This record gives sequence, C-alpha cells and structure tokens, in this order.
Amino acid sequence: MAPDLRTRLGNVELPNPILTASGCASSGRELAQFIDVSRIGAIVTKSVQLAPRAGRPTPRMAETSSGMLNSIGLQGPGIDAFLQRDLPWLLSRGARAVVSIAGNTVEEYAELAARLSDAAGVTALEVNISCPNVEHRGQVFACDAADAAAVIAAVRARTRDDIPVFAKLSPDVTDIVAIARSCVSAGADGLSMINTLLGMAIDTETMRPVLAGLTGGLSGPAIRPVAVRCIWQVSEALPDVPIIGMGGVMTGRDALELLLAGASMVSIGTAIFGDPSACARILRELDDELARRGIERLSEVVGLAHETKTTGRGRTNVARPA
Amino acid sequence: MTAGEPESESGPLQVRGTVLTVRKVDAYHAITIVAPGIAARFKPGQFVALAVGGPETSMVLSRAFSIYDVRPDHGGTVEFVFAASGPGTRWLAERRARDVLDLTGPLGRPFPVPRDPVSCLLVGGGYGSAPLFALADRLRERRCSVDFLLGAASGDRVFGALTARRTGRSATITTADGSLGVRGIVTDMLGQVIHEARTDVIYACGPMPMLRQVTALARRYDIPVQVAVEESMACGVGVCMTCVLPVVGSDGITRMIRSCIDGPVFRGEQVRWDDIGTIPFDAFGAPGWESRARRGARQAAGHGGAPQAASRPASQAGQAVPVRHASPVRRPGHGS
Repeated sequence: MAPDLRTRLGNVELPNPILTASGCASSGRELAQFIDVSRIGAIVTKSVQLAPRAGRPTPRMAETSSGMLNSIGLQGPGIDAFLQRDLPWLLSRGARAVVSIAGNTVEEYAELAARLSDAAGVTALEVNISCPNVEHRGQVFACDAADAAAVIAAVRARTRDDIPVFAKLSPDVTDIVAIARSCVSAGADGLSMINTLLGMAIDTETMRPVLAGLTGGLSGPAIRPVAVRCIWQVSEALPDVPIIGMGGVMTGRDALELLLAGASMVSIGTAIFGDPSACARILRELDDELARRGIERLSEVVGLAHETKTTGRGRTNVARPA
Repeated sequence: MTAGEPESESGPLQVRGTVLTVRKVDAYHAITIVAPGIAARFKPGQFVALAVGGPETSMVLSRAFSIYDVRPDHGGTVEFVFAASGPGTRWLAERRARDVLDLTGPLGRPFPVPRDPVSCLLVGGGYGSAPLFALADRLRERRCSVDFLLGAASGDRVFGALTARRTGRSATITTADGSLGVRGIVTDMLGQVIHEARTDVIYACGPMPMLRQVTALARRYDIPVQVAVEESMACGVGVCMTCVLPVVGSDGITRMIRSCIDGPVFRGEQVRWDDIGTIPFDAFGAPGWESRARRGARQAAGHGGAPQAASRPASQAGQAVPVRHASPVRRPGHGS
C-alpha cells in the first residue's frame, strides 16, 4: 500500500511534504510546463519584496563541486505584480502558495505580511531573513537573534491568525539553536532551514572572482550535511516546532534524510536547475523509499533519527510533530 | 495530467533521449539524440538543456545547447554542436550510441522569420553558426535568399563552412589567422557583404562582442538584426534568474531580462550591449530607479528607444565594480 504522505503546515494539511525552495521555482508558472504544481505539497515562491528589484550584475552563477554559487540578489517584480499576476495564477492551478517575503527593514517585512494577509489564498508565509546576497551583512537579520526576533514579531503581528509564519534561517551563525529559539519566542509557527551558505569562487585563469557580486550563496548536495546538522540541532532543542528542511536534496533518499533529522516538509531547490521535474521525481522516490521500509505514514519518520534506541522495523513510534 | 506531462502542445518537453551518434567535426563535437517530441516542436534558434555527468554527478546544473538540426529518422532526432572545453562537455563528448541522456526542449524564443521574400544575411562566429543552418532552410521555404558570413579564430573553428558554401547564395568566411577565407573578423567584411547582397535582414549568433559589433553596424546601415545571445545559464527554463541581461522594452524601460525564456533571440538594438555585466542605473528595479524613471523614459524617447545614458557601475549601489572577464561568456552550447 502506498504510504500516507500527508503532513501539516500550520492549519493546512498538505498532500505530501515536497515543496519547492524559494528562489528556485520563480512563482511556479515556468515549472508547470513540466510538473502538475497542484500535486506537490506547495510552491514556495521566490522572495517577494515591496518594490521591484533588478538584482545583482552578471555573472551571477558559478558551478562548484556538487553545488553552485548564486548571486541573484533577489531580482523580482515586487508585491503589486505578485498579487496581480502570480498569486492568482497559483491559486487557479490548485497549487498551495507559501509566499516567501524579504525586506530591507522590519517595517517592510510587516507591510508585506499585511498585504499578503489581505489577499485570499496564501497558505503560509516564509520570512526570508537570511538571503546572503545583500549589500551589507548587517542586513542579514537571521545572523542576530534580536534582529531576527524583531522581524518575526512584526510579521506575526500583521499576519492573519490562520496563516502560519515560518522563519528561514541562515546556517552562517555560531549557534543556530539560539536564533531558532528567538524566532519561535517572537511568534514563528515554524522554521525553514537552511538558506545558502555564503561562499566565493575565483577563476584561476582570469585570477579574479567568478561572480560579479564577488560572494554568493552556496547550495546543492555539497551543503546537505550542514542542513542535516542544523535541522537535527534545532529539532533536538525544539521538538514541537515544525521544520521545512532544505539543502541539497537531489533524491527521495536525501529527502528522507532531512525528515529523519526532524523536518516534516522538504523543499527542493538546486535539483530543479538540473531537472525541472525534480519535485515530482523526488516525491515518487520518497514514496518508494518509505514503502520499501514498510513505513505507512510519513509522521513515523519525522525526527526518527533522534530516538536513541533503534529497533529497526519493530520500533515503537514516539509521537512527534508531523 | 500526470507529473512530467507537458501542459501545452507547443511548450518544451523533458525526455530521456537515446544517443544516436557523437562525431567530431573539426574542432567541435556534434551529438545526435533521439527525441521525437522535441524534434517535432523545434523552431530555428531554440535550444535544449541537458543534464550532464550521469547519476551521482558532482555537476548539478543543466547545460544549454543551441539546436543545429532536427531530422525525422528514428521518429525524430535532435542534433547540436559543442566544444569539449570543460568537464561537462568533455563528459558529453565521451557519450556513445545507445547512452541515454536527460534533455529538455525546445526552449527559448526562436528566430522570427520575415513574411516577405527578402534578402537575409546570416552571421555566425565559431560554432555559433550551428543554429543558422536550420534557420536558412526555414528562410528558403519562405523564398528568402540566404547569404552567409562565418568567422572564427582558425579554419577548423568555422562551423559549417562547406554547408554554407553549398547552400548559401553566397558564403564569406573570415579567420583571424587567415587559414580559411579572408584574414580578419566577420565585422571587417560585414559592410561589403551587406552591400553586395543588398541585405534586408541580418541574423547573428556567436560571441557577445561579435553580436555587439554586428548590431552597431546593422544600425549604421539601418538594417534590422536578430541576435541569439550567449549568456551563462543554470536552468534554461526560466526559474534561476542567472542569464539576465539589460534589454530595452517597447515602452523604453530597461529590464533585466532572462535570455532563456525571453531570448535567446532578441532584436539587436534592444540589448544594451555596453551595460552587460552591470545593472544599468536606470533599469527597472535598480537601486533608486523609481526616482529616475521619468528622466530615463525621456532619454529613451529622445534616442529612438535605446537610452544612451552610460550605465554607472554597480558601485553606485554600494557594491564592488563588476569585473569584466577575459573569458568568453557561455552561450547555449558553450556549457563547460
């Protein structure tokens, strides 16, 4: 029998835990040429901002071993265009829309939250406080517990009660658990982790940085162990807080690894760039991975790796958030 | 609709295609893959995105290649030309018949073709000439005349010289080392060819500096030019925002446009060639653009659509000045 893959995103039940990762699926429309966007758990949009933004100059991308650096710089058309064009399209296709938001100030985040609360059909907000491609590291709110909390508190206050707010965290911190706790105390209903790691590549032929923006965000399978570690640490400290896990998931097996670490949903990012139907494929593969292990419900594996006694198939299920 | 099925009859398909042949063509490789759906939907100028490296590969990004030819055999095949210049393309050059590849296409905006039987000049640099031959067939179907102007560093790097000579009304070849045709670069000969062929429309594909010069010369002769640009891509399908370049819209506003889905073919004069590798200060969404938008629109109106204001380097936005690279930017087909 096919495993029951349902999972919960706040008040909303998702048919399965496979989501797109913000910034890797635009607003879903391009991928609809290759997958049925209503069949995956949700589309997490590219981060929406108040004003249109042109992003960073090119070259914006460098392939690295088992990964890539990007320095897009949050190029996007702004909230007006998103509400007018992208959100209605997602809803018309029966997709669940998790809207990622990004701002330069606490007030910008709050205004975005208010605008999106007024619009019908937003399944959840993912607050991107961790984009590394900004001009100043001081703008990465997720690098400071108090700054992160200020954003999350302002967003939570301006967001409709029935819309869950997830804080997207950066791995580039000394103690991710402290940031996670701070966000949850400020009202985050869940956590998304991890954003890209700040990285850099130098072209040894030109002997200059590859990216025009000099630094970029590292993603892809190279960072998956970092994602597993972050999810593990936060899930250990905050076992009741739902986690959207992401970081280099290429296969159903990789998705299972993040679920075992404590995520109850998994976002697919860089994999899409090499395989535009990656979300549908990984969903099939996850289904197979679970079925092969005789697992009937997704909730059985969420955080399972934390259990000290591994008794194989005959294990007792500890109640964990799903 | 099931996952993996396309949404429309004309959009791109993602398929597993079987390799038919990989052959060496002078300095390049040409690979033919059985991919019936892609072949059926192909229009000249479009490209495919290809996964390289096989399962468990450390190369995570798609490579984009302009389609050279499609044929009806084996239900439909797609052929493209590439230089084995990096780990991804070297892996591709090592494929053998019956290997299976994951490819997506046809992608991108094709070359628009004229309604009337006009005189068309097709300009290609290196293996950038590859997509021009299918275009030439299409143009001849429309009773257009086709002249070729192809160039490269050396004779073995001029792709399709023989075909051009066989099928073109005229074919002019230039090489930097003089090993084939005229010594020099294509733009040295452009004026003469335009004059002799009484060119009405130019199509160009090749390195960005060549496209820039061809566009400038075409403007001088007041001839419309369609260019297929080279930009490095990560996905090829419009989701990664890597392959953007500053393009002036019909409203006079410059936007950072994705060359994968809004290109790779553009009207040459729409591209702000001097500003590639920067965010022009008057581009839509550039820092402070709204306050300058009105002034930018006025400039655009005064210069026939393309704002001539020199772009400021991104240092204006508190960023480092972007480094202009000596290495060529990759086109679809240049994937390493």
